[in-house]
Amino acid sequence: MRTEDLIAQLSRDLAPVRRGAAERRLAAGAGLGAVISLIVLLLWFGFRPDLVPAAMTAMFWIKLAYPLSLAAAAFLLLDRLGRPAGRGGALWWSLAVSVVIAAGMGVVQLAMAPAADRMGLWLGHSALQCPFRILALAAPVFLGLVWAFRRLAPTRLTLAGFFAGVMAGATAATVYALACTEGAPAFLATWYTLGIAGAGVIGGLLGSRLLRW
Amino acid sequence: MRETEDRLRALMLRGMGGDAAAHSELLRDLAVLVRAFYGRRLGSGAADLEDLVQETLIAIHTRRITYRPGEPLTPWVFAIARYKLIDHFRRRGRRITEPLEAALFVTEAGGQEASAAASDLERLLAQLPEKQRSAIRSVKLAGLSVTEAAAASGQSESAIKVSVHRGLRSLAARVRRSADRAD
Repeated sequence: MRTEDLIAQLSRDLAPVRRGAAERRLAAGAGLGAVISLIVLLLWFGFRPDLVPAAMTAMFWIKLAYPLSLAAAAFLLLDRLGRPAGRGGALWWSLAVSVVIAAGMGVVQLAMAPAADRMGLWLGHSALQCPFRILALAAPVFLGLVWAFRRLAPTRLTLAGFFAGVMAGATAATVYALACTEGAPAFLATWYTLGIAGAGVIGGLLGSRLLRW
Repeated sequence: MRETEDRLRALMLRGMGGDAAAHSELLRDLAVLVRAFYGRRLGSGAADLEDLVQETLIAIHTRRITYRPGEPLTPWVFAIARYKLIDHFRRRGRRITEPLEAALFVTEAGGQEASAAASDLERLLAQLPEKQRSAIRSVKLAGLSVTEAAAASGQSESAIKVSVHRGLRSLAARVRRSADRAD
């Protein structure tokens, strides 16, 4: 095909592009994935049976706020990394700050607890299952982000994949917190973070293949 | 160069508003820009040059939501062109170290930036031994294959590869050092 013809074809039926289109696209992909994750959660676990009384406790909201803060930071990073030659700038730090605060809360909790209780507090009753559940719930969100990237232009594919994984894991962890009955900050800081980081690593490994354009 | 950037940016904005005629004109102008960019690196007679130009136009069109109005347009265009070029090399099996390649592919935006970058590059290359400098010019900047560069300079292919590798490593170290100093 001649380039002149290609240009004519591309310009046919030209749709306007509104401001914030990239952000909306990312949000749509992640949002749709989150809805699917929520449905999966309800079918798999259902909401935690004590949802209403739990919602009166601070810890319930902390369990939502922590992964949500990571998801928000990852979203802002993806908005940049999804553009040609995009750089994250100081946004990396906001992720680290969230993790450090959660870890700090966990350490304080364990330090203040009687020594005999520490292991129990830290492991809860679902320590090893939690990261894997988060990974499973992250899959639809990650696929939604991969869909979103079909209109984006990342030039650092592994990094973009990693933060897509982090955003997927963090969104999944937020959803999971609606079913999870664990209450210890130390648990949250360890096992939720592990699930989110694991999603990031998998995303990074898949990034160069799935995000190529 | 500056008026080109301004003119192209205006066309891009009108195209994003839905003006198909402006969008066509933009793509035609970007085709010229991008063709020259690849021509300098692949040789203007290269067989897949026009394919690459068309691929790049498609990418610019399909992913135009990643351009932020108000920001310079030509760096955005050339970032896409660099990505497509690296991908082109990758598909043909050439080993690439991406960050360094991106540094060596001189930014073409804006006359002042381009000549500053070009003179930076010249300055860096001038610090290398002649053998490494000419190997890098042939293989990395003029886009000759290792075989062609070896034939042109009368050296063996492995000598060319070693020169390029050592030269790039040395350049990378110098760029890192001067970047550390600049921070």
